[in-house]
Amino acid sequence: MMKKLFPIMAIVAAAMFAYAPFLILNAPYESTMGLVQKIFYFHAANGMAMFLAAFVSGIGSAIFLFTRKPWADRLAVAGAELTIMIGLIVLVTGPLWARKAWGVWWQWDARLTSTLVMWLIFNAYLLLRRYGGPGSDRLAAAVALFGMANVPFVYWSVNVWRTLHPKTSVIPSLQPGMRGPFWFCVVAFLLVSVLILALRTELEKRRQELDELYLAVEE
Amino acid sequence: MKRIIPTIVMVLVLAAPVFAQQPPTTPTPAAAQDGFVPVDAPMNAQDTMPAPRLVAIAYGFIWVVLFGYVWSVRSRLGKVEREMEAVTRRIRTTGK
Repeated sequence: MMKKLFPIMAIVAAAMFAYAPFLILNAPYESTMGLVQKIFYFHAANGMAMFLAAFVSGIGSAIFLFTRKPWADRLAVAGAELTIMIGLIVLVTGPLWARKAWGVWWQWDARLTSTLVMWLIFNAYLLLRRYGGPGSDRLAAAVALFGMANVPFVYWSVNVWRTLHPKTSVIPSLQPGMRGPFWFCVVAFLLVSVLILALRTELEKRRQELDELYLAVEE
Repeated sequence: MKRIIPTIVMVLVLAAPVFAQQPPTTPTPAAAQDGFVPVDAPMNAQDTMPAPRLVAIAYGFIWVVLFGYVWSVRSRLGKVEREMEAVTRRIRTTGK
């Protein structure tokens, strides 16, 4: 099913990414921040994709912990790696926007700090998988659960604590000229995330098959 | 005379804090009126940070990371598949 849909989804995603810059260019400027606010369209969309990837990794890890299903483990690894990649985009584009909007690159407030902590947790997950030795897959799965548990905290942090970061109410209250391009970018990034997850899960599946082949050769 | 010397000393001692509180005599920036003074870095970088550059860096970074990551996954997948083919071939030829 996914193999049949993959090329179509890839073409749609590529077309959306090609069209997104034109939509963003034509979107109205924000009154106080001006041009730099246009980083928002990809920054916030990436933030949503990062949450999705963290949930995929966390849910995959939970299933793996309770059922030991290999497919769940593969999904968890793919989700964790994607969280790190998209998290890197979020953590770099955010300060670029902040430098102009706030006058500083970084602020140790609840949103920024909790996002960094979440990103570090998933880095810990991959390091544990790589260097943890036998049995590290289960230990890493528990780490991914902590990473996923961080997602609601990251999301709500702007509403609970005083922070320079825009609140979650910004997105529902977007003006029509900004709303269209923003949701277009969100769909594009979610689509790309699903495609990357499928590709990365396939890689993990192939690696497991290769390990089984080597075991067969040794026996 | 005996009264004058202690008086002068006392006046100087009392005046010492006044001199101490004087702002340091830095050279006045007369150069700004007479000519431009070059500096190595802007005095207030925030005011000179151009938004187009920040936006371009942000979008460029996103494209590079995204395409770089997809390329990395594709290349790792290709490598594993080639290795699988080699192992399968070895099993067929050696019967092991």
